[in-house]
Formats: sequence, C-alpha cells, structure tokens
Amino acid sequence: MIAKDINDTIAAIATPLGEGGIGIIRVSGINSIETVDRIFAAINKRALADRHSHRAVYGKIIDPKTKDIIDEAICIIMRGPHSYTKEDIVEIQCHGGMLPLRRILSLLIEIGEIRLAAPGEFTKRAFLNGRIDLAQAQAVMDIIKAKTDASLKVASGHLSGCFSSHIRQIRDPLLEMIAHYEATIDFPEEEVDEIDNIQVMEKIGELKDKINVMLASANTGRILSEGLVTAIVGKPNVGKSSLLNRLLHSERAIVTDVPGTTRDSIEEYADMEGIPLKIIDTAGIRHTEDKVEKIGVDRARSYIEKADLILALFDGTRPIEDDDRKIIKLIEEKNVVIVINKNDLEQSLDERWIRKQCSGSEIAHISAVSDNGIKELTEVIKKKVYAGNVVYNEGELVNNVRQSEALKKAERHLSDAIKSLDNDIPEDLVVIDLRSAWERLGDIIGDTASEDIIDEIFSRFCIGK
Amino acid sequence: MFIAGDYDVIVVGAGHAGVEAGLAAARIGCRTLLTTLNMDNIAMMPCNPSVGGPAKGHLVRELDALGGEMGVNADKTCIQFRMLNTSKGPAVQALRAQADKKTYQFSMKETCENQDNLDIKQLLVEKILVENEKIAGVQIETGEIYTCQCIVLASGTYLRGRVIIGEKTYEGGPIGQRAAVALSQSLQKIGVKLMRFKTGTPARVDKRTLDFSKMQIQPGDSEVHNFSFLSNEHTREQVPCWLTYTNEKTHKILRDNIDRAPMANGIIEGVGPRYCPSIETKIIRFPDKDKHQLFIEPEGLHTNEMYVQGMSTSMPVDIQFEFLKTIPGMENVKIMRPGYAIEYDCLDPLQLKPSLEHKYIEGFFSAGQANGTSGYEEAAAQGLIAGINAAMKIRGRESLILKRSEAYIGVLIDDLVTKGTQEPYRMMTSRAEYRLLLRQDNADMRLTEKGRQVGLVNDERYSRYLAKKDKINEIKILMQGKKINPSREINDLLRKNDMEEIRASINLYDMLKRKNIGYKELEEVFNLPHINDEVIKQIETDAVYEGYISKQEEQVSRMEKLENKKIPPDIDYMKIANLREEAVEKLNKIKPLSLGQAGRISGVSPADISILLIYLEQYSRRND
Repeated sequence: MIAKDINDTIAAIATPLGEGGIGIIRVSGINSIETVDRIFAAINKRALADRHSHRAVYGKIIDPKTKDIIDEAICIIMRGPHSYTKEDIVEIQCHGGMLPLRRILSLLIEIGEIRLAAPGEFTKRAFLNGRIDLAQAQAVMDIIKAKTDASLKVASGHLSGCFSSHIRQIRDPLLEMIAHYEATIDFPEEEVDEIDNIQVMEKIGELKDKINVMLASANTGRILSEGLVTAIVGKPNVGKSSLLNRLLHSERAIVTDVPGTTRDSIEEYADMEGIPLKIIDTAGIRHTEDKVEKIGVDRARSYIEKADLILALFDGTRPIEDDDRKIIKLIEEKNVVIVINKNDLEQSLDERWIRKQCSGSEIAHISAVSDNGIKELTEVIKKKVYAGNVVYNEGELVNNVRQSEALKKAERHLSDAIKSLDNDIPEDLVVIDLRSAWERLGDIIGDTASEDIIDEIFSRFCIGK
Repeated sequence: MFIAGDYDVIVVGAGHAGVEAGLAAARIGCRTLLTTLNMDNIAMMPCNPSVGGPAKGHLVRELDALGGEMGVNADKTCIQFRMLNTSKGPAVQALRAQADKKTYQFSMKETCENQDNLDIKQLLVEKILVENEKIAGVQIETGEIYTCQCIVLASGTYLRGRVIIGEKTYEGGPIGQRAAVALSQSLQKIGVKLMRFKTGTPARVDKRTLDFSKMQIQPGDSEVHNFSFLSNEHTREQVPCWLTYTNEKTHKILRDNIDRAPMANGIIEGVGPRYCPSIETKIIRFPDKDKHQLFIEPEGLHTNEMYVQGMSTSMPVDIQFEFLKTIPGMENVKIMRPGYAIEYDCLDPLQLKPSLEHKYIEGFFSAGQANGTSGYEEAAAQGLIAGINAAMKIRGRESLILKRSEAYIGVLIDDLVTKGTQEPYRMMTSRAEYRLLLRQDNADMRLTEKGRQVGLVNDERYSRYLAKKDKINEIKILMQGKKINPSREINDLLRKNDMEEIRASINLYDMLKRKNIGYKELEEVFNLPHINDEVIKQIETDAVYEGYISKQEEQVSRMEKLENKKIPPDIDYMKIANLREEAVEKLNKIKPLSLGQAGRISGVSPADISILLIYLEQYSRRND
C-alpha cells in the first residue's frame, strides 16, 4: 500500500466529536472551493468561487441529488497561501450534532474529488508547505504515530469480527476470478480452463450486490448517517414507550395501560452524552390476532436483526412469562443490555434465571416513570459503546467513512468491469477494474499484496513447461 | 603476480545476460572483456529452444528498443514465430519464437567477436579482487590477473552448480559444462550473500524415433512478425512443433516411482520455480488432472534432437525412458540427452541497487540467473542494464533506472531489489500494474530515446524511431482535424461501406473507437494517406483504449510524485523516532532510492511513508 498523494483534496471534521454548539468541517486542497460550491447554496446565490478570500458566507447545505436541505451553515473561504495549510481551504460551520457533520462529510467525499484526511494530515500539509517550522514537525510525526496506533487497534478489533469476514467473502472469489484471467493471459499455451464471461458477469453482479447490502445495512454506513441503532424490545406493557420518552425527554410515544398500544415501531434520535442513538421503540412482542399489530411485531423482529444495540426490557413486578422467554430467544447472541423496569415497585421477577440465559449481558435496574436508574443505564450503554462491544469512537468513525468510501469505490469498479465484459472489451482490460476493486476492499482490511494473485495462479492452475 | 590485461569492464559469463552486458558496455565505448568457460557456448540455450511469450516477449522488445541484441539475433535465427494472445487486448499480445539453438549461438558469437572494444576469452574466473570495498579485478584459475573498474557477474547456473539425475549427482554446469566452484567462495569472502536455487530441463529425444502422425501439428503464424524494430523480414520458412499428451499410464509410472525422485528423497535442497514444475511435481500437486500437454519442439534445423516441453524431470534415466514410451507418438522413443535438475548459487538481489550494482561493493554489478531470475529474456534484460550502468559509472554519468511505469524491465528490477525473490523469478504481465501502457507495440516509443541518451541506439534505429513517432502524430492530428457531419451523403457513404450511420458530427480519430472500424476502412472511404501497419496499430490502440489508457496514466501520475521524492543515501533510519521497528529494519536493509520504492517494501506502512515524508522535508530544510 502506498501513502496517499499529497496534492489531492482532503476533508475532515475539525471539531471534537460529540455534543457542541457548532461543528466545523475543514476542506483543504485544489478542489476544495469548487466541491463545496456543489453542496452549498449561499443565501445571496453567489458561488464561493466568486468570493474574496477570508469571507464568511451564510447559506444552506443541500444534497445535490435529493435536493434535501441538510443544515444551515456558514462557509469561510481561505485561499492559499493565506491559510493553515497554504492551500485553498473552506471551513463549513454548521450545527454541532454528529448527524449533520457526518452527512456533510460523506456528501463531500461522495460527490467530489475529495478523500478523508489521514490522522494529522492538515498539520502535515501545513509543514510540507512551509507553514509551520521544524520544531512542530516532530509533533506532527507524533500525531501520525499515535493516531495510527489507535486506529490500528480499532481496525484489528474489527479484523476478527464479521465485518472483515464479509469483506473476505467478496474478495476471495474476486481473487479467484483475477487469477483465472491472469493465468489465461500469462500462460496462453497452457491448459487453463476457458472462462465463461457470462458466468463471470453474473458472479461479479452477486459480489456487487453483497457490497450494496453492506453499504446499505452494515453498521458503517448506517451509524454514519443515522447513528447507533438501538432497539427497545419487550413484551407488551413492560414500559418500552416510557423508557423511550425518558431517553428523549418528550412524549413522542403514546403511553397507556392497554397492552399493545404501540402498534408500529417508533424511531427517534437521542444524543446520549455525545453518543448519537437512533432509538426504535418496537411494538410489544407477543402472539397476536390483530392484523395491524402483527405487522408491528414482525417489524420488531426485523429491527432486532438490524440493531447495533438492544435494550431488552423486563417487568420487575411480574414473574417470567412465555413472552419473556420468546424475547430471550430472539436476542440470543445479540448485543444486549438487560433492563429491568419498575424497580420502584415490589419485585417478583426471577432475575437469576435471566442472568443465566443472558450471561455476558449487562443488567440495569430502572424505573421508566421516574428518573430512577436512568443515569446508571446511560453509564452501562456508554461503557458498552466505549469498551468496544459496539465500537464507536473517533478512530472508528474514521474507519467507517474510510470503509464506506472504499466499498463505494469497489462497487464502482465492479460495475465498470461488468460494463466492459458486456461490451466485449478484452479480458486484460477487465482485469484492471477487477484488480482495483480487489485492492480497494483490501484497503479496508489492511491487506493488499499483489503477490497473492501470483500465488493464487500457481496454486490453482497446473502451469509450467 | 602476472597482470594479463586491464579493462574498464569485465563480464563474468557469456550467456544471455553476459553477452548483452558485454556488448552494451563495449558499444558505449568501454574497454570490455567478456569471459566464458567455453568459446563454443556463448549465448547457449540450455533449456527450451524458444524466445518470448507474454511478458518475456515484451522484455525482448524493450531490450531491442534500448539497443540490445537479443531481438535482432532471434529474428535472424529463429525457425518459427507465433503471436500469442491475439484474441485478447493489445497489451498482452506477445511474440514467441522457436530458435535454432546452434545458429542462435553462433550468430551471437559472431556479433560479439566483431564488436569493437570487446575481447572474448575462454577462462575460468576464480576470484573477485576487491580493494577498499571497490572492485580491482579478477583472478583466473591459472593464476593470472585482469584488472578492471567494474565487474558484471553473469554466472547463470554455473556457481557451485550440481547436476541431479535420479540418484546420481555430480558437480557441473548445464549440458556437460564445468561448474564455477571457487568463485562462489570468493563471492562469499568479499561479502556477497548467496542463496541456492534449482531448475530443471526435460529430455531431448531423437526425431527419427517419433511418430508425428499421433500428434497434432502446431505450425507458425502465416503472418510474419519480428522482435526487433530494426528487422525488415516479412517471409520466413518455418518449422512446426507438435502437440501430444501424457496419460494415466505415464502418471502411474511416476507415482509408483516417486520415492526415487530427487525432490522426494532429499537430494535436492534448492528452491525450484513454481511456474516450471517437473512432471513429477505436477502429478503430485494436481492429482486430478488426467493428462498434461507436451510440446515437441525442434532444437534446430540441423539436428534430430527434439525438446519435450512440459516434461522437465530429474527422475532416474530408466524411469524417464519408461514414462516417455507411454506417450502417444513416442512409443519407440530414443533419448539423446536425459532430463536433469541443476542446483546453483545465486545472489540475494536485495543486496543490489536498482542500477544492479552491489550496495556495498563499488563497481560490482550482477545480472541474470545469478540474481535469482529464470529465463533467457529476464537474463538478457538485466545484462543490458548492468552493462549500461557499469559503463555509466565509468563515464561518471547517472545510472539508467527504468520506472515500473516505463518498462517491464523496470518492474523486473524493482521487484528484485525491493521485494527480493523466494524462487527463480519469472516475468509475467500480471506483475506489471500499468500493463496497458507497457505494450510490446510501443516499446520503441517508450524507450528508444533513453537508449539514445546512454549511447546505445545507433543512427539507423534512432531515425526509424523518429520517423514512426512523427508519422503517428501527423496522422492523429490529421484525423482529429477531419470532421464528418451526419449529412445524407456521408451516411450513404458509410452505409455503402458497411459502417453504422452517424447522428452527430464526429472526427475520424473518434470514428476509430466504433466497433469494427479500423484505419484501413477509413483510409479507403475518406482518402487517408497509406501508412505502414505498425503506425496503424499505434493509432488504433491509442484511440480504442483511450479511456483505459488515461485511467492508467492517472494512476501513474499519482504514483510519480512519490517516485520523484528521492531519499538521500546517507539517511539514518534509526534516528527517525516514530518509524516502527520493522520499518526501520527493512528500510535499512533495502535502502530504497525514493519514497515510491520505500512504499513497495513489505512491512513498510503508509503511516511510515508519511513520517518519512516529513522527516525528509525536515532534512532538506536543515541542509538548505
């Protein structure tokens, strides 16, 4: 792997992550002004490119594809060499929540010739362009090392996980394909099986679909644009909606005593001391004859599948019931916090049994109607998030934007490969795209050695004079 | 001590690497001595009688463009030519030729003998003489000394060579030659690190004992191609090869006797190439294959020896005889020379700079199989570069180092000196990341100018190159300037000539991008000038693959910036506090010349490169 070019345009969130009044995204490099212009509509309709340096311009950030307004923002243009990096810089100041910051950042990367900045890269450029002096250079190297070590830790945590195994499931068949094509190219007089391009196209299509599924549903893209998906599950009337309201400090869900009141699932965003949560209050899980309610129950099950974190709610005042057992079964092997509600009333729940069933899950006691235990629950969730069960810290965010960036590129290369095959472009050219896709996927898991291709050729094909 | 002579450059060995090194150094004007163990074996082909193929043919074309000899010699002496991969893209099409081995050798010998500034001597070099870490000369087994400033070691498989046939082994070079045993020790003494590799070759059989009616004929192409940009020949008499297959009977004999295979009984210690496995290895590694193809290739026009390609073996002779007889058409086979394996010492190429000079022994260059590669073409390419760079050193000029984006030769040498090799290294197109730019048809466009600069490209080659280049530009501009509009006349004209109608105006150059339209079709319809096929090929390829080519050019220009960041030779990696230990160790060992090269070292991460980049900037500001 080669270090990135020092002359392209980079972007990153410049303010600390978490809650804050405003957040800043910094973009530096030759394409910075032009790219920001594509997502920024100034209130006076003038392009940033036409403005003088060091002006602040008020306007809106708009997704050019959907025309959605993402946030209000102030853009500050600083033309090189009168900027921190001595390059053209645009700083986008918007509302400080994680959500708009991350959406704007991914938008920039998606539409422009821009990539995510590496750790310490703005400062590195400032140094390389002569903006800061030698003494500071040492600090830059320290930053690069420290941040790299940290993100390596995160990445290696990821490596053992299913994410990288998903990547391998795309990469391995791709490697086989590449090796097969390369074998026919480098050894045309040897007995290498003919390749059926139609089959290859189907196969590439399948791999592309896998990438798209990952892009759509994998933690990466979703946490980025939507926050940590947290599902609240529990049998009817256990207090799910009350917990949601408690977390949201509002009356979004209807709270009643009638079991099955919440028929549909409710989605809300909450900012839990800097952690963005997307909370889904699911309909109570139980058998039901009511058709509308049934849809809600099915949806709840599917949310359990998709959630990054599950808050499983049990009623401390009632003994274990069949519905509870069903829930325990549903959340098996998931990332769960057991929440026992109504701790202000007399308890008759067999907590030991739950503990046995869900060994490894944290347990929190709360009263959703009062504030009792909510702080403790917050601590448990935070601990979980930061302890790496649901890894989500600065390093992880970097990783995630990187991952989705790489996945998108890989997907594009695979589309190009299919297009080329469809147009009867010779195989050696198709391989250019297949190799690029394979390399981009390798970037994600930190593994791109072209020797692999050669090893694969020799292990699969009997070649030799 | 008797000083028998003094030279600028002494080349040790006159195989494919040695002759190129000797010719190059002499042609540039250095007083050069080419030494060989046997005057009759200059440019000998001890293995297959062929030159070229994918990536290897590319190497020959590149070497030719730079002013090397292999292409010219192959064109003069080969007896069959085939263009391979014609159904694939232009980047991987490659010429492969069958050589008349003896004619090839004698023709090359003649060229060397008549080269000004070049002496050829039959002698066995026993010692490399070094003074103050600088090459001083060589000592011959008979005691005399030749002094020199530079040596090119091109010792092939002769260094401590050991031949293995079944249970029998003996010291020796290929095909009954002597081995260079003392030289190996001398190299170690002066601090050269050696590895041990192995390779092998199949039996040669008597043509009169083969039944070709049971084999498929493999004729050459009717259309004649040349390796050299200087060759003009368009007709050649060609000799066919023959195709046959092994079968279950062959495999059973091999399996039943596998305990007698030297690779199984532990006689062979060296590492063999994966792409050139012996037949016994193939049968063990791919037990599901019920047959393996064999090409029966003539060794020349004036011999009955036939080469059994695909059947490399070091099994005992009785087994070789037994399994060869099971092959259709070979029932009555007589073996003229048995197959054998050979083990030999070679240098770990990580000790070399990209100029192919040793990092710590000044004036010591090395090329070919001595650097752990395999193949005549790989050897010749390195020989040429080593010869050029020895001459550049003597002239006090900058080394010729080709980039990965410029030539397969650049990929080959960069791989060797940056990554090293664990097995005899063979060039493959899949090793080149900018394959589409490194086509065999544009080797002259890529490299002739560089060959001219070092003084190897003569006036004839240079003026041919300039003429072709000018023609390509002239025709491109002409075609780009000629716009046609979707008028009724034009569309009638197109339809009449089986071309699709146009809907918008388009220039003739862009017309080439359309399916089934080539220059020749347009030439007729639109009255374009008549030009030769080579020029047409360049123009068509550039037009049709424009998109892909510019994709690759972008990749190159991105890489280039790091390639151009040079690392000073006196850098002390231990002093860079933030580099990881593994990176420091690797960088110290390999001593890359540029950040680009540093990035290709396994174990050096992008973060290490960032740190290096900043350190280098600090370094240069301090030294300003």
